Amino acid sequence: MVQMDAKILENREIAHQRYKMVLSAPQIGRQVQPGQFIHARVCKSFPPLLRRPFSVHRVDGEKIELLYKVVGKGTEILSRKNRGEYLDILGPLGKGYQFPQKKGQVQYLKELPSGPSKISDIILVAGGTGVASLLFLAESISAGNTKLPILVLIGAKSKEELLCEGDFRRLGCRVEVATEDGTRGYKGLVSELLEKCPPLSGDSPKPIVFACGPSEMLKRIGKISRKHRFPCQVSLEEHLTCGVGACLGCVVKVKGSTYTYKRVCKDGPVFDAGELIWE
Amino acid sequence: MRKAKEKPPNLRIKLAGISLRNPVMVASGTFGYGEEYAELVDLNRLGAIVVKTITLKPRLGNEPPRIVETASGILNSIGLQNVGIDAFINEKLPFFRKYDVPLIVSIAGETIDEYVQLAKTLRREKIAALELNLSCPNIKYKKKLMFAQDPQATHQVVSRVRKATSLPLMVKLSPNVTDIASIAKVCEEAGADGVSLINTFTGMAIDVESREPILRQITGGLSGPAIKPIALRMVYEVHKVVGIPIIGIGGIMTVGDALEFIIAGAEAIAIGTGNFVDPLTPIKVINGIRKYMIKNKIKDIKSIVGSLKCPKD
Repeated sequence: MVQMDAKILENREIAHQRYKMVLSAPQIGRQVQPGQFIHARVCKSFPPLLRRPFSVHRVDGEKIELLYKVVGKGTEILSRKNRGEYLDILGPLGKGYQFPQKKGQVQYLKELPSGPSKISDIILVAGGTGVASLLFLAESISAGNTKLPILVLIGAKSKEELLCEGDFRRLGCRVEVATEDGTRGYKGLVSELLEKCPPLSGDSPKPIVFACGPSEMLKRIGKISRKHRFPCQVSLEEHLTCGVGACLGCVVKVKGSTYTYKRVCKDGPVFDAGELIWE
Repeated sequence: MRKAKEKPPNLRIKLAGISLRNPVMVASGTFGYGEEYAELVDLNRLGAIVVKTITLKPRLGNEPPRIVETASGILNSIGLQNVGIDAFINEKLPFFRKYDVPLIVSIAGETIDEYVQLAKTLRREKIAALELNLSCPNIKYKKKLMFAQDPQATHQVVSRVRKATSLPLMVKLSPNVTDIASIAKVCEEAGADGVSLINTFTGMAIDVESREPILRQITGGLSGPAIKPIALRMVYEVHKVVGIPIIGIGGIMTVGDALEFIIAGAEAIAIGTGNFVDPLTPIKVINGIRKYMIKNKIKDIKSIVGSLKCPKD
C-alpha cells in the first residue's frame, strides 16, 4: 500500500457519462490484484471531503486504468481532470478475487465455504460499470494457464451503456449480453441470464462465478449461487471513508455463531457470496 | 563573521507528565489500532497515538449504514465496535513494541465500575496514559445522557478511576452540553490530568426520496472541518477556567487549524477525520508547525499556547 500523486495520462468519455482514466502509478501497477481498488482524493478543497474508491480496471506495466461512471460530485470533479494533472491516490487496497491462475491451482476452492472439488468453467457476471474489475480478472486468468473457458455475462440498462464487450471477446471469452430494455441481446436482467446457464444444476462439475455490479444484482446472484450450490465471489460497492480498515464505517454482516461484521474496504471488497448475510 | 547556527525550534512538550516529541496526536477512533496506517505513516514521528476506544467486552457495533458524508463533515454511528480489553492487550498492544511513540488508550464503560475495572486491567501495560471516553453517543449512562453531559456522573467516574490508576488521565468531553467549561472544571477537580475536546456533535441526515434517516441509528456524531470553529471556541472557553492541559480536537485539516487551537489554549492537538482524507495530515501539520516557528522566531512551542491576543474592552 502506498500513497502517491499519480500523473493522469488520459481521461476520456468512452460512453455517456462513463470515463476511462489512465494513471502512471508504478508502485501500484506492480502490486495490484484483480478486485483491489485505489482511493482517490479528487480535489484538495472540500466538499467533497472524503476520498472516492475505484477498482482497478486494467494494468499495463506501470500504468493503471480506471473505468468510472459519473454519479455524484466526486466523480463529476474527476471527469473534468486533464491529462498532465496529478491525482492523490492510496493503493492497492482491499482483498481482491481469489481465482485459479494455474491448472493445478483450483485446489484453493475447497477452502471456500461453498467450494466444490471440480469446476467446469469460469463465469464472470458484470452489471453496469461492474465490468471494471472483471476485465482485469479476465485478463489475469487468461494470462495464467488454467485452460478453463471463461463465459462473460454483461448486463446494462440499454445497449448504449454496454461496456467492454469487445475487450472480453478479444481475450477469447464467450460473451453474452442482457439489456433491460432489450435493445441488445437477452431482454431482462443479467442474473436471469445466469440462471439460464446449463451446467448450474445437477451433480456435474459446477462453474465458479465472479460478480460485480449493483447490490440488488449481487443479492440475486448470491441467491442463485445458494440455490444451485456453486462457488461465487461478489465484489461489493460501498461508500468508503478511510479505505484502510481503520474507521469501521463500511461494514457488512457476515455469518458467524450469530453474525459478525467485516469491513468492505479491508476484508473485501470481494467476498464469498456464501458468507454474506443479505438483508 | 560566521553566523551562529540557529537552534532548531523546540516542538517537544510535556503533557500531564508524558514527554511528547511534538504536540500532534491522532484522535481515538480515527487511527484504528495503529497498524492500519503503519504502512503509510511513520508512527514514530507522531506526538502520540490515541487508539480506538476499548470496552471490557468485545462490541459488534451498530447496524450499517454507519457513516454518511455531509457538507465538509462526516456523521458516524459506529457503535464502539472493538475487540474488547483482553484481545486488545493480547493481540493489538504487542504491535506497538517495535515503535517508540506514546500510546494513549481510550476506554469506555456502561457503568463507573467498568471504567474502574478497565483502568485496573491496564495498570501493568506499557502505555503512556488513559483517555476516558465519557462522550460516546452510543453509551448512555442514565436518563439518555452521556457521562460527559452530567457533571455529577463525570465527577464520580473521574475520581473513581483516579484512585484506581497512577497513569495520567485525560477526559474526552462532549460538545453536546450547554457549558463545556463547567464540565472541564469538574474533571480538574476530580483529579484529571488533562481534557480532550471535543468529541462529535450529534447530528442527522435524511434521504428525501425515501424520507428515511440515512444512518441506521437515525442520529450520529458529526466531525470534520464543519465543526472546527465551534471546537475552537470551546477550547478557548475551557482554557479560561482550567489549569490542566487541553488537547484540542475538531476538524483539524491544516497547520493553520492546528495553530489556531494552540493559540486558543491547547497544549496539544489531535487529528481525527483529517486522517481519513489524507493519512499524512499529522506529518504535514508537524512540518508546518516547525516552519511557522522558524518563520516567526518562536523557540519553544509552549510559548504560544494560549497566546491569543484579545482586544481590551
